[in-house]
Amino acid sequence: MTEPSDNGPKGKRRQGAVTGLSAVQQTWQSIPEVVRRPIPLAIVLVLALTYPFIYTDLRSLGELGDFFPQLGSVVIILVFTMMAVGLNIVVGYSGLLDLGYVAFYAAGAYTAGWLASGQFEQVSFHLGSPGISSDVTGIHVSLWLVLLVAGAFTAITGILIGLPTLRLRGDYLAIVTLGFGEIIPQVVRNGDDFGGFNLTNGTFGINPIDSPGFGETLNDTLGLPVSYQASFERERLFYWTILALLLITVFCSVRLRDSRLGRAWIAIREDETAAAAMGIPLMRTKTWAYAIGAFFGGIAGAYYASFKSGAFPSDFYFNISIFLLCMVILGGMGSVWGVVAGGLILGWLNVEGLAVIGSKFNEAAGTNIEIAKYQFGIYGAIIVLMMLFRPTGLIPERRRKRELEEGVHDEALYEVPH
Amino acid sequence: MSAVAPEARVAEEPILVAAAVRKEFGGLVAVNDVDFTIPTGSIVSLIGPNGAGKTTFFNMLTGVYTPTSGKIVFDGKNVTDKPPHAITELGVGRTFQNIRLFEQMTALENVLVGMHARLKGGILGSIVGAPRVRREERRATERARELLRFSGLRGRDDIVARELPYGDQRRLEVARALATQPKLLLLDEPTAGMNPQETASFTDFVGRLRHEEGLTVLMIEHDMKVVMNISDRVTVLDYGEKIAEGSPAEVQGDERVIEAYLGRAANE
Repeated sequence: MTEPSDNGPKGKRRQGAVTGLSAVQQTWQSIPEVVRRPIPLAIVLVLALTYPFIYTDLRSLGELGDFFPQLGSVVIILVFTMMAVGLNIVVGYSGLLDLGYVAFYAAGAYTAGWLASGQFEQVSFHLGSPGISSDVTGIHVSLWLVLLVAGAFTAITGILIGLPTLRLRGDYLAIVTLGFGEIIPQVVRNGDDFGGFNLTNGTFGINPIDSPGFGETLNDTLGLPVSYQASFERERLFYWTILALLLITVFCSVRLRDSRLGRAWIAIREDETAAAAMGIPLMRTKTWAYAIGAFFGGIAGAYYASFKSGAFPSDFYFNISIFLLCMVILGGMGSVWGVVAGGLILGWLNVEGLAVIGSKFNEAAGTNIEIAKYQFGIYGAIIVLMMLFRPTGLIPERRRKRELEEGVHDEALYEVPH
Repeated sequence: MSAVAPEARVAEEPILVAAAVRKEFGGLVAVNDVDFTIPTGSIVSLIGPNGAGKTTFFNMLTGVYTPTSGKIVFDGKNVTDKPPHAITELGVGRTFQNIRLFEQMTALENVLVGMHARLKGGILGSIVGAPRVRREERRATERARELLRFSGLRGRDDIVARELPYGDQRRLEVARALATQPKLLLLDEPTAGMNPQETASFTDFVGRLRHEEGLTVLMIEHDMKVVMNISDRVTVLDYGEKIAEGSPAEVQGDERVIEAYLGRAANE
């Protein structure tokens, strides 16, 4: 890859100043590429895996300790990060502005509600659901299976929403997806009486929802937990599982980006007409982006519903679609690791960060401002500042970086020697 | 791409037949019942003053526009109502009048996108890294590099399209179109903005495509030197109507063509 910045003015400045930092940099550069490349990822992974063991110690580090989130909060942060990585396939890779991603979250959560709770008390169906006595009514399917079904169901929802809307371009697509993002929460809110049939239990939502687990047999043989909810290590188990789900999502989206389909998505984002002329079926390719983005959103939604043991219509506000979009923009559209970073940062601010910062601020300034109340103003300000100073996001995608930093067509197209 | 000698294909059916093709935009008739055939293995030029409907005609052949009436048959198949990607899949590759590369992608990636319809790698296979998909990707990359070299873009593989010099961008558009493995290649003003040397080498290149790759070429071209040099047949459009057709020499002497280009003589 030719990186224009390598021989730009920055590179020269770096050569000029021989400091301790550049010595470190030189040592770092001398490590062979094969070893060097996976090191940062490995460090992050080890820290992430051991966080359940170290976070109590970290949190007791005096003033600084408050900035480390509780384990339960991290589960929520990771759920939303996973959704953001899914949304990135739609918005970042394919350039389809989707303002209704919350619909997929809702579809996933309610799939878990239907297939792993006592919602349908008319029936009693049990399939590998641990820790639930067989005389309990309702459908109780193993949550692992529910996650897959939720992904599939949400992907189909994505296709159904996509078929009529993906013919639209740009702003029109955004408006229609916005509509669907509003419709689906309304449907679940009013879904307690479909001709006498209680589908969604209306505003009360569906709860409790079963928790994941491995059952007695696997507990005996492999020592895996019977049921997360009943375990003393409940939060740790939920944490490691969502970490694994997030990593799978990241892995899939990196692999897809570098595949035939990923190239087609990016080609559509760059120039739809040219993409079609290269033999890329526009509708099918865009619909796949929608379906795959929805798939991960659905799994995250179902998992979250199981974690908090409920699915409620009040969870699915329009705000969430925008919040997820902010994560993608903050991190860098199209950049998987950027979106993960954006998701972690905004997720943390949302769940704990703003409250912590607010109380610190109030302590220091002697004021009594509820900073968390201004959260959307703050997120908005972050996005505006990002757009002004770093429009490519925290960790820009290789391509976007060029596009936004250099501007398109800022140099003469003609280079004809005379 | 197999090299088929042009002589071997002369006797075949024409590769493209357009019958009474018409396109209206509101009240404007952009293309008026044009009949048009492209003999297999030939180089045909489509010329005419600005606004004559040449690009509109091109866009109908490639499925960007659906004709208001008329019929287009490519390689024995009716493609009149087919979408662009399906026509490309059947074997029509094209370039654009105003270069439309995927600007943020490298030259290599641009060519790989062109191969889309010829590759099979599915979603699951790509995610798990199935050997079949990896092999296909490796072969595709090799072929793409070969195509880049063939198109005169040696050593440009990893340069982002928009950073290529203008002449190379034109060449890359052709390489990308060739990656779709076309039987018929449509070039929309390929030498626009090129200097005489670039134009001459491009003309050679198009000749090679026909002889070495057995391609049929249809091009819109304004440079009469290019048109007269390499075309087997020339079709002239004016105000959406076909006003002349024939060998370059015939067309050059045609009264109506001279009129269309130079205007009617004042004393008539």
